[in-house]
Amino acid sequence: MPLKRAESTEQTPSPSSRSRSLPPAAATIAAELAGFQREMLRFAVLQLRDQASAEDAVQEAMLAALQGADRFGERAKLKTWVFAILKNKIVDIIRRRVREPSYQEPAEEIDEGDFDPLFRANGHWQGDSRPADWGDPEKSFENQRFWAVFDTCLNRLPAGTARVFMMREMLGLETDEICEELSMSSNHCWVVLHRARMGLRVCLDQKWFTSGERA
Amino acid sequence: MMNCKQAVRLMSDEMDRDLPGGERFALRLHTLICTGCRNYRQQLSFLRQACQQQVAANDATPPSAPPAA
Repeated sequence: MPLKRAESTEQTPSPSSRSRSLPPAAATIAAELAGFQREMLRFAVLQLRDQASAEDAVQEAMLAALQGADRFGERAKLKTWVFAILKNKIVDIIRRRVREPSYQEPAEEIDEGDFDPLFRANGHWQGDSRPADWGDPEKSFENQRFWAVFDTCLNRLPAGTARVFMMREMLGLETDEICEELSMSSNHCWVVLHRARMGLRVCLDQKWFTSGERA
Repeated sequence: MMNCKQAVRLMSDEMDRDLPGGERFALRLHTLICTGCRNYRQQLSFLRQACQQQVAANDATPPSAPPAA
């Protein structure tokens, strides 16, 4: 990413009246942030499963990014930085939710028996459930349709399971922290993570890797 | 001898905690002889990679392929 934008060659969105009053660094950053907004919202909705709080998280993150704009030197990493802020905002929201008196634990989790059909009575893979080689799966990262399938599979996980999984894998929390935030035992946390991975793997396998959807 | 059902649980666990020596050893033995579980393990690390791509670990849009796993 270029450090300086050539103003004449690129169509930058005209700064809003609010950003006009900001220092120059903030005004440029505001324009760049606007470009990430949709992606940030998609990410936040996936984590929080609620449009309104996702929008709050994105707004708070963008505001925090703007306020810190002057301290931010390395423009090439702006996106990484603003997503790191967004992740913290999402964790804050989850934390607040859990502490609300009206809070109800999402009961939905994948049940112990849900994966039994994958295994024979002796605990070994059933013939057609045995995980096959996915070849070169990283190639799928370049395919937009893969990401649509990936989102679908994440959304198919029951809410309670998905929350633990995403706190671990997307928000980057350690299991200890997740257990503490959600008042779960470590073992319960590991079981839930295991089932989430199992569910996600089966879904991706069926909907992408062996379905022929894959390019 | 460890079966696949036990192995997949431990393969998930090892992404979140250090396995004690005995479990690690039993799992290694199992994956030596079980192709299905070897594939499973690779797919677990692919899932982790995908989640990290999803959170814009780098500045590329759309996410670009990371170096080989």
